[in-house]
Amino acid sequence: MVEGTVQLDMKLTDTLQFASGSLRGSPTRTLLMILAMSIGVASVVVLTALGEGARRYVVDQFASLGTNLVIVLPGRTETAGLGPGMLVGQIPKEITLDDAQAIMGSRAVKRIAPLTVGSATLSRDALNRDVVVLGSTSDLLEVRHMSMGIGKFLPAGDIHESASVCVLGNQMKQELFGNEQAVGQWVRLGDRRFRVIGVLSSQGESMGMRTDELVIIPVASAHQLFNTSGLFRVLIEAKNRDSIEQAKSDAEAIMFQRHAGEKDVTVITQDAVLATFDRILTALTMAVGGIAAISLAVAGVLIMNVMLIAVAQRVKEIGLLKALGAPPKQIRSLFFAEAALLSSIGSIAGLVLGYIGSTIIGQVYPSLPVSPPWWAVIAACGTALGTGILFSVWPARRAARLDPVAALAGR
Amino acid sequence: MIELQNVSRSFTVGDQQVSALRDINLRLDAGEYISIMGPSGSGKSTMLNLLGLLDRPSSGTYLLDGGNVTDLSDEQQAQVRREKIGFVFQSFHLVPRLTAAQNVELPMILAGIPAEERRQRVDVLMQNYGLAPRADHRPDQLSGGQRQRVAIARATVMKPSVLLADEPTGNLDRNTGWEVLKLLEGLLEQGITLVVVTHDTEIGARAHRQIHMLDGAIRSDEKRVV
Repeated sequence: MVEGTVQLDMKLTDTLQFASGSLRGSPTRTLLMILAMSIGVASVVVLTALGEGARRYVVDQFASLGTNLVIVLPGRTETAGLGPGMLVGQIPKEITLDDAQAIMGSRAVKRIAPLTVGSATLSRDALNRDVVVLGSTSDLLEVRHMSMGIGKFLPAGDIHESASVCVLGNQMKQELFGNEQAVGQWVRLGDRRFRVIGVLSSQGESMGMRTDELVIIPVASAHQLFNTSGLFRVLIEAKNRDSIEQAKSDAEAIMFQRHAGEKDVTVITQDAVLATFDRILTALTMAVGGIAAISLAVAGVLIMNVMLIAVAQRVKEIGLLKALGAPPKQIRSLFFAEAALLSSIGSIAGLVLGYIGSTIIGQVYPSLPVSPPWWAVIAACGTALGTGILFSVWPARRAARLDPVAALAGR
Repeated sequence: MIELQNVSRSFTVGDQQVSALRDINLRLDAGEYISIMGPSGSGKSTMLNLLGLLDRPSSGTYLLDGGNVTDLSDEQQAQVRREKIGFVFQSFHLVPRLTAAQNVELPMILAGIPAEERRQRVDVLMQNYGLAPRADHRPDQLSGGQRQRVAIARATVMKPSVLLADEPTGNLDRNTGWEVLKLLEGLLEQGITLVVVTHDTEIGARAHRQIHMLDGAIRSDEKRVV
């Protein structure tokens, strides 16, 4: 009797084999569905690869600014921007060269580079050009990861000494000297004459500052040139990654003490800025990936549609399977297996397409480190499988519920 | 052994109730050879569907091998079909994309029988039914008689106790039809209960017990002395 028999169920391998057989039975339909699925997966992979590429591009740019950087800027602001004090006309106390030197007293600090920025007219004979002038010290070269083309960078020595020497950005040298020798020549900045002692190698743009178009002079000279005594920034390089926080709090404490107990400077770390950018760009990548995932949902609807047609076309076969003793559950799993197979083949094809696409984009834009993030790859395949199976629920149930007599008659 | 007790089946067509079967009482013993005859609309197909658990009676009780199968769930009825009932159809109902051997194998796949055993049982049946050279052909490469032989092999591969044949010779020419019928009758030696639905009196007359139906009721039930 029924109760006494051992109930065997269809084996998984047989289910998959049967499902793949029925997929091969209608190759055009199967190929179209795989195509739709793979385009969905590929677009997620390519778009997130682009987003991730942009994120890594920005992170790399930040890293090129220098490593383990801590930046001191005048004014009490939470971020580098307009502070409440500035709005009511309060001018923060300036940071002086002596303040900058005092920061060197911290054990967590490896080297510092004070920065003064202004603009002046650079001229040689009849040629002249408005340039951004950077006043700093010899350590700027190391702190900002710049590299020299020819000649020397600013000399080390007394920070207060206003030597009349300058280092030109690569483009400035080209514009003023062409192919001539520049080192040893004299140029005029505003009303002062400077001797060119070096030319930076070409570095392109980094974080909005074109080092190629800069002129760098000793910070004391810059103060005289612009008639100021305050610093625009103090760049601090911490000893190592672990001492960044120590360097930050030391710098804050030193400035607090030197400015008579007033917290009128802001100290930010490169890491904090970097983390913010990282978060923003990761969110953007996810948003773009999410939009691409919509195409996966569309592919899912397509699968549902085609599955419904398949159920209608195979009504007789479903009736036969029922007559042969397939319970509703088994009919359902056969259709699920078809959807799962379609989705997985589509996912794999999509991954291949996506990686090819990313590689091509990487070839076209070599500066962009294009590669899809692992979470997007997993999410794309997961969504593909999920939608494929989810959207086959209805067709599979419809098949399982068919009346066997009507189904056998093809009705 | 099959027993139908006061079985009725009615359908709703539009706003009318149509009775396909009216208060049927029938008892079929194991190993019997029964033909069910009658004009179309007499209820013989409905009877076969009920016997095969493809349909449920509107009222009444169906006992199969002593057990009540009327109120079993869909899953349980499927299991009973799988283990005890074989079907042979007028239009063969072979799966077109599967080979002859794969079609015969299908019920065993659904039942979860291991591949090795499946292969052996298919081989034996293909030999017995003279289909061995055609084992790898698809249905559209087979003649009508060969197709029906594949279908019979498929219906018997699970060793059912009841074989239900709905117009098994209906789509075949006369000679092929006789061959198929002889194949079916050969199964009686194995103790199978054979039920053949037909409107061909010549074929129906071969059965040991002939049931004539009209308007959803049994009009006559005669046993032929063998």
